[in-house]
Amino acid sequence: MMNFFTVHGNELIIKTWEHLYISVAAILLGVVVAIPLGILLSRVPNFADKFISFIGILQTIPSLAILAFFIPFLGVGKVPAILALFFYSLLPILRNTYIGVREVDKSVIEAGKGMGMSHLQSIIKVELPMAIPVIMAGVRLSTVYLIGWATLAAFIGGGGLGDFIFDGLNLYQPSLIIAGTVPATVLALIADRFLAFLEKRLTPEGLQNSYEAV
Amino acid sequence: MLEFHNVTKRYDNGKSAVNNLNLKIEKGEFICFIGPSGCGKTTTMKMVNRLIDITDGAILVDGKDIKDQDPVALRRSIGYVIQQIGLMPHMTIEENIVLVGTLLKWTKEKKEERARELLKLVDLPEEYLDKYPHELSGGQQQRIGVLRALAANPPLILMDEPFGALDPITRDSLQEEFKKLQRELNKTIVFVTHDMDEAIKLADRIVIMRDGEIVQVDTPDEILRNPANEFVEEFLGKERLIQGRPDVTTVGQIMNSAPVTVQTGTTLKSAISTMRDKRVDSLLITDSDNVLKGYLDIEAINLNYKKANKVEEVMETEIYSVFQDSLLRDTVHKILRRGAQYVPVVDEDRRLVGIVTRATLATLVYDTIWGDGTELEEIIAIAE
Repeated sequence: MMNFFTVHGNELIIKTWEHLYISVAAILLGVVVAIPLGILLSRVPNFADKFISFIGILQTIPSLAILAFFIPFLGVGKVPAILALFFYSLLPILRNTYIGVREVDKSVIEAGKGMGMSHLQSIIKVELPMAIPVIMAGVRLSTVYLIGWATLAAFIGGGGLGDFIFDGLNLYQPSLIIAGTVPATVLALIADRFLAFLEKRLTPEGLQNSYEAV
Repeated sequence: MLEFHNVTKRYDNGKSAVNNLNLKIEKGEFICFIGPSGCGKTTTMKMVNRLIDITDGAILVDGKDIKDQDPVALRRSIGYVIQQIGLMPHMTIEENIVLVGTLLKWTKEKKEERARELLKLVDLPEEYLDKYPHELSGGQQQRIGVLRALAANPPLILMDEPFGALDPITRDSLQEEFKKLQRELNKTIVFVTHDMDEAIKLADRIVIMRDGEIVQVDTPDEILRNPANEFVEEFLGKERLIQGRPDVTTVGQIMNSAPVTVQTGTTLKSAISTMRDKRVDSLLITDSDNVLKGYLDIEAINLNYKKANKVEEVMETEIYSVFQDSLLRDTVHKILRRGAQYVPVVDEDRRLVGIVTRATLATLVYDTIWGDGTELEEIIAIAE
């Protein structure tokens, strides 16, 4: 054990950092794209259902295949890895944003409109704050999955903890596989806890009773 | 203040919800739109703040065509209260009350001051400002809903069945509060309801609608006295025969001014003999100054005879009473709808001056049905 750390300790820290970097970049991209898109979709519910089903179908493509597909266009390295993972983060966030915004009490929106809220004010002051718990649940789900999937980035030279796992598989060294797996799991757990905390902080106080962060 | 000129609303499928509607509403008037569901009353109201667009015609607010105004600015200048209340659950009561102020970019101090000022109007304590809507009862929430509409002091307020979702007792008290508030603040109110009692109680004029058209516009008294057609008559309902006597309008005119009472300090024994002698099943209890303290019915005596000695030990102190100059129609409503047997009548100092019983009402109905020959004195004589 100690021996392993003296040999691989530095590398482990670098790989964990890479892993985190890839995952977080993908998630942030996903949040930036999927939340506005989800809000837009909530304005056109007929189209939204079809669109979300379509994204759902795209997501059934195996992730390894997606990574492979990206190589001819984007080459290898971190960028295609991040883009591929971003692609997977979209659906949960998009769907939860759409549902969260759609499920905001219509009478509250009507009251807001009747009071003289513009469209944008209604979104920022009413719909988003009330949908936060549902949106954040989507972000958490995405994040946990993505940290797991980010091990595949190693496959196209993106680095991260996947490197350990692939090396371990190639060299028949279980200790390397464990060195890749355990930190990834820990990262996922920490990220989940952190987001749960964030969710609680972001949820407006008046809604805390109805939606308890789990 | 508010004018409708040939206002028509047609939907894309060719169905028209409102047809060529013309109406002029004066400043400070309380107007109730009433009619069966689908008659276009809500549509008419929502066209005023452009939540629904007009197909043809024009609506003028203070002489200005609403079509020429920015809908968002227009809505901020008109109060709006809806049945579902629609308080923002993620905002405190204070933030809810001054929502329009926030939209109009008021300073923090101005908003705080306005919220306090408004909360006083409905007799809620200031601590409520920091609460959230879910911590309030339905009646309290709608009080806040009304305050929210008043926040920017709009001259015109639209109300879409605001008390419709409340229980009857809360509704009654909110109606009374609101009517008082409206008289103080002199707002123009457009109030949509399907409850005729509510319309009669609140409105200066009632607009009865059917199939997108106005059937009758008149004061409540005039509608009760001279319904325009059978539809209106039916809509008024049968129980309002009592209200068809235009010369009898206040409780004082028909009350029995010698109710059966006993004073506090009387023993149950002597109370029960009073009941027997006067042939009544319930006694009003007053103190030596004739101030109403409560009532005692036969059931209470029956249950507590062994345990208690004096009437004040078992009397019921929660007693609903009316003033001498209360409108008869409100009192009738209370007796018939709430199933009360009688309502005591008191003066400003809560001294007992009379009683209105179901028997009094029977006399009045008899009178309405059999002709108006009976003089008031006779009614009172019979009642006594």
